Amino acid sequence: MNELRELYQEVILDHSKRPRNFRKPDTITAEAHGRNPLCGDTLTVFVDVENDTIKDIAWEGHGCAISTASASMMTESLKGKTLAEGNNLFEWFHRLLTAPPDLGAPAGPLGKLAVFSGVREFPVRVKCATLAWHTLKAALDRDARQVSTE
Amino acid sequence: MRTAAPLDVVRVRRDFPIFERAVRGKRLVYLDNANSTQKPRAVLDAERVFYERGYANIHRGVYLLSQEATEAYDRARARVATFLGAGNPAEIVFVRGTTEGINLVASSWGRANLGPGDEVVISEMEHHSGIVPWQMACDAAGARLRVIPVTDTGELDLEMAAEVIGAKTKIVSLIHVSNALGTINPVEEIVALAKRHGALVLLDGAQAISHGPVDVAALGCDFYVFSGHKLFGPTGIGVLWARAGILEAMPPYQGGGNMIHTVTFEKTTYAPLPFKFEAGTVNIAGALGLHAAIDYVAGLSWDAIRAHEAALLAKALDRLRAIPGLRFQGRPARQAPVMSLTVEGIHPHDVGTVLDAEGVAVRAGHHCVQPLMARFGVPATIRASLSFYNTADDVEALGTGIEKAIEVFRG
Repeated sequence: MNELRELYQEVILDHSKRPRNFRKPDTITAEAHGRNPLCGDTLTVFVDVENDTIKDIAWEGHGCAISTASASMMTESLKGKTLAEGNNLFEWFHRLLTAPPDLGAPAGPLGKLAVFSGVREFPVRVKCATLAWHTLKAALDRDARQVSTE
Repeated sequence: MRTAAPLDVVRVRRDFPIFERAVRGKRLVYLDNANSTQKPRAVLDAERVFYERGYANIHRGVYLLSQEATEAYDRARARVATFLGAGNPAEIVFVRGTTEGINLVASSWGRANLGPGDEVVISEMEHHSGIVPWQMACDAAGARLRVIPVTDTGELDLEMAAEVIGAKTKIVSLIHVSNALGTINPVEEIVALAKRHGALVLLDGAQAISHGPVDVAALGCDFYVFSGHKLFGPTGIGVLWARAGILEAMPPYQGGGNMIHTVTFEKTTYAPLPFKFEAGTVNIAGALGLHAAIDYVAGLSWDAIRAHEAALLAKALDRLRAIPGLRFQGRPARQAPVMSLTVEGIHPHDVGTVLDAEGVAVRAGHHCVQPLMARFGVPATIRASLSFYNTADDVEALGTGIEKAIEVFRG
């Protein structure tokens, strides 16, 4: 039961029940659709990037508590950040989820996102927690390509 | 009327070493039997003894070990034939599993028998392995894939079946027991319908094989496939049964060693049945393990197994019905001990994780039946599937685990 409490912390439950930035913004410079075919989770991430800064980020979709909370908290963490800061955060987040369970949670710049450390005890759920992030990366990579061709 | 002695589940569980271990500090409650089944010691011993004391390749060596291995492999084939009520062991082709069995038929039989204008009929509740191989075969042949719909109760729509199966139907490929809903399909009716139109019938026995006796002669089908690992046997071994005449007329599936009679660069002649369909070195240990699994099940009595499973299923349905917000997907009148369910407001994966933390193993997902999930309008379900080694305590653990999930998410 401790592992469960660790996984489904109050913050995660709160975000899964009342996801933040759950909307389609008026201005969108990039978006991507992400799917986890194994469990049917599906979401779209929208970003408005100006001068390498994430001015707005939002999402829509449905999935399990972990993927919903992760998408919600990702959008909260990234609003106002530069793309480089966003990439760095994803790297830290990924490290947090895949580090051996006996290792303490890496602090770094994660802030509130550290609540996802409980996912490590349930490796099959890592892809739930990273779905939104991978989707965002796809959106930004596409955006970058578009920018570079102009 | 003779009634079998009830199953001694305490004794039976001792035959399965896995039940000695704990999971996350809890007693293992294994309710993912539709996915794969646990192995009795007899199966593990059969494989181990073969590798330790009797290992050699079959059909090739002139030496004693090879001869013994060949004989053991042949005995396994003969045992499968008896188990399925097939008269001729040459009609038993060892494959990797149900998936390979269906692919073999769709590919080989399809290549020789399907053409433009022909129709292949499947059902809306097929496993992906009963859909994709036929899509591929239809694409290659220019044939049309048609689908028998499923009703709200999770049963085949037999009125529609009578419309879908017709003069153009060349083959009907149907799941015997639904892996997602537990529906026991009225395969005899479908066989009769298909025969009236001169169509062949393939039955996917992956789920049916562990819940009751299968007699291919009585079923009247033309192909029957199943996987060893869902019958308490090893992974990587499965069975395709088909009538000898049909197999003889089919081109080989894979070419290679063991499946030939003579090879020259101009022409190759093929080995007789069943070797024509067993190219390369086969899964010998797997076949021996499957033999042991069949002997093990046969030693328990189907009547006792069925009575135990039916009682457990009834108990599970009663226990779970009492949980507010729990909904069964499909309520078939004839049901194997497999249940698909959803809990209002909680994603199946989250329920699955809470159950996992309690030591309860279930499957949460689409169970390789995406079209069926779409039919019921759910992206995923929780599936609990029972076997003869499950107990009333297991069912109770499932119930309390789901209640715990509700507490975590709604509490």
